[in-house]
Amino acid sequence: MTTTSKNKILDTILSQVSGKPSFMDMRNSSIESLQRTGLPAIKDEEYKFTSITKKLENSISDFSVAKKTNLDSDLVKSHVFEGFEGDLVVFNNGFFETELSSLSNKGYVLSLISESNPKLLGKIAFSEKDPFVALNNISFEDGIYIKVPKNQKVEKPIMFFFLNQSNEGQVIQPRILIEVEDNAEVTFLEDSISLDDNVYFSNTVTEIKVGQNSQVHYNRLQNEGKNAISVNNTETDIHRDAVFTSVVISLSGDMVRNNLSLNLLDSGCEGNMYGLYLLNGKTHVDNHTNVDHTKPHAQSNELYKGVLADSSRGVFNGKIFVRQDAQKTNAFQQNNNILLSEDAIVNTKPQLEIWADDVKCSHGCTTGQLDEEALFYLRARGLGKEQAKGMLLYAFTGEVMDHIADEAFQNHIVSIVQNRLGSNF
Amino acid sequence: MSKDNKILEELTSKDYEHGWSVNLEADEAPIGLNEDIIRWISAKKEEPEWLLEWRLKAFNNWLTMTEPVWANVHYPKIDLQGLRYYSAPKKSNKPKSLDEIDPELLQIYERLGINLNEQKRLQGIAVDAVLDSVSVGTTFKETLSKLGIIFCSFSEAVHEHPELVKKYLGSVVPMTDNYYAALNSAVFSDGSFCYIPSGVRCPMELSTYFRINAANTGQFERTLIVADEGSYVSYLEGCTAPKRDENQLHAAVVEIYAAKNAEVKYSTVQNWYPGDKSGKGGIYNFVTKRGICAGDHSKISWTQVETGSAVTWKYPSCILKGDYSIGEFYSVAVTNNYQQADTGTKMIHIGKNTRSRIVSKGISAGKSQNSYRGQVQVMKRASNARNFSQCDSLLMGDRCGAHTFPYIDIQNPTAKVEHEATTSKIGEDQLFYCNQRGISTEDAVALIVNGYAKEVLNQLPMEFAVEAQKLLALTLEGSVG
Repeated sequence: MTTTSKNKILDTILSQVSGKPSFMDMRNSSIESLQRTGLPAIKDEEYKFTSITKKLENSISDFSVAKKTNLDSDLVKSHVFEGFEGDLVVFNNGFFETELSSLSNKGYVLSLISESNPKLLGKIAFSEKDPFVALNNISFEDGIYIKVPKNQKVEKPIMFFFLNQSNEGQVIQPRILIEVEDNAEVTFLEDSISLDDNVYFSNTVTEIKVGQNSQVHYNRLQNEGKNAISVNNTETDIHRDAVFTSVVISLSGDMVRNNLSLNLLDSGCEGNMYGLYLLNGKTHVDNHTNVDHTKPHAQSNELYKGVLADSSRGVFNGKIFVRQDAQKTNAFQQNNNILLSEDAIVNTKPQLEIWADDVKCSHGCTTGQLDEEALFYLRARGLGKEQAKGMLLYAFTGEVMDHIADEAFQNHIVSIVQNRLGSNF
Repeated sequence: MSKDNKILEELTSKDYEHGWSVNLEADEAPIGLNEDIIRWISAKKEEPEWLLEWRLKAFNNWLTMTEPVWANVHYPKIDLQGLRYYSAPKKSNKPKSLDEIDPELLQIYERLGINLNEQKRLQGIAVDAVLDSVSVGTTFKETLSKLGIIFCSFSEAVHEHPELVKKYLGSVVPMTDNYYAALNSAVFSDGSFCYIPSGVRCPMELSTYFRINAANTGQFERTLIVADEGSYVSYLEGCTAPKRDENQLHAAVVEIYAAKNAEVKYSTVQNWYPGDKSGKGGIYNFVTKRGICAGDHSKISWTQVETGSAVTWKYPSCILKGDYSIGEFYSVAVTNNYQQADTGTKMIHIGKNTRSRIVSKGISAGKSQNSYRGQVQVMKRASNARNFSQCDSLLMGDRCGAHTFPYIDIQNPTAKVEHEATTSKIGEDQLFYCNQRGISTEDAVALIVNGYAKEVLNQLPMEFAVEAQKLLALTLEGSVG
């Protein structure tokens, strides 16, 4: 079963590669790697609770790459959230649209990967990381490369704006490579919009290098259509004394898988990961995070929270590796879940692997429901049941949303969440 | 620092206390594994036809299975065909009383500190001792039988209580459960059987002592404990093996069945030979232990102190099927030198208002790897399930590893599940505080570690707690890196 469909997906993809001679080394080694591993089956430990391959087999009828769809600047503008100030990088079914984007190019350089041929491509997100990285390596058509030079602070946030719609083919494979040199600072926002409710499969790979003493803040909102299937691999290399912060807010979609991996390569670096999944319907969101402490005196913080209604499913797997050299590491991880319905499922696996002795590592994980006494307290003060519930859930989710870097983006997300909580999902 | 290293060296060079073997004449099966060997074992034990069939069925199942590789342990492939599957001390032809037991055998147990003689009366423990594959003698049989309690070797139970064995054997750990459980089902040699009738509170601690004496043998014992409605029993298990260069395999199965209102407390102190300091030899301990709280308000509690074995692969689990049933797991796992342990528990909540508690304390020193792997599963109809898990790791030295793999799968919104884990080392300030008050570093470490593991040690019955504390001190004195 798996073998045939593996071949089906692979065959389609391989037939498309032949026409594109660029990055052949990377593509060839990824083809080898993917032929060896295949797409993940349910037996694979990493995809134990998320049968993404099966989902793809059942939902996607056309594995060819989606063509660009018809967009105009008014349409784009209508989807950008209110109060946005910054640079807009528009992707049309994964293809960068120069005309529709608005770029100040202040403090950074943006180019097409095919034009600039960056050396770093595929070096942070290499095929062995995940089968879907290999898939993207093999078949992405083009992507963008952003370079923030030394000692630059990019004042305004840069937003990656994905507009997706299945259009003669259902596979969308965006590729982003970000290289932040030493002593620089930049904030990225990411928003994905489904233009209709049709099925598509988006397989994004984002590679980020955070140079010495730099600060990068990456904020991602996932609020796609109810049939969207999306896999995101975000791979980061963090260098000495640098700080990288990621916030991922997942609100909808059919099946969403996020692999976030932070490689803390030197001492003094800091990695922060915040995540919120607020789900209803049949949405299935899977967050796999991986922090690798390789050198002493680094720290990582992680907080993921989930609220699950209807027959939604939340999966969390947080791995913390502390290598032998990484003495004096501080690593903290927490995952809290609230189940609101009998059909909702939570699978969580907070995982610690430690080879150094002088470290402080802890993880905590809870699954429960709203505190009856807190509810009673609010109701005794005249709040309706739904209102009280919404208020408590908002307080629960707020802890994650507080970490969103851009104020306008934060307001936008808060208002969506409040609407959802107010209407009781 | 140099002092610490010295102490560490002393400790790591400390010899395995129980590493002696006695030349007993043994009745052995030929080396190898096939249907004939199974028939041979079964015939040797004069087993009824149905049990032989059960064994053969298990064997055929086992043939279709593959060795599990998911555990976080590494060892060379075991040549299961190169093992001897049955080894019995020759002169043990059904002793009627302790006087008839080979004095040399008794001597072995005396050296282990297990005294089969009436001295045990003072301590009030009934012991069923298993040497290699055969159960040697059971003390206090009469006292127990007056209460209707059956406590005997497994082979005896097969002959005298076939209906009970037939009913419960494989009911908790089916023969197809996993690779090693299937192997055990096919070739198990002996073990203990225990049945506590309705409403009886067992007046003494029941105890089994395992020892592997012969070379090149695997020990495959099978323990079955059945606690009928409203009964209570506390069961102890201890293990040692002599020093040998080659690795020996121990693949046991323990099944516990708790009916309505019954309570079973199962404690283990495992001290199999861990191999020498370069990681040579030692026991491979691949054990399947599982209990089912079948009736309402039943309770199963596992307590384990794991200090031995080269490789440990062990997950004592509870299936909480009855409403209001309770599962508990308390564990201290210590690894040193090249030992590897992958241990933890599974709590499967099926019934309503079920509760479980997991307290796991891992201590790794030397070049060892210590993993906690646990699963808490709340099924859809298990309303108001409650779980609390705590798994802490203590690292000594910078060459060892501590790993935590907790799986938490919740399908019911009324469940309250909490998991907490920390990893740390013994703080220099803590040691300094003790030193300042005249406590030597060595004693301070023992003190701190004992405090760290106290929550678990407190769960052990008196006699075992003393042994466990000694074992801990032996492994940990001065291991601070």
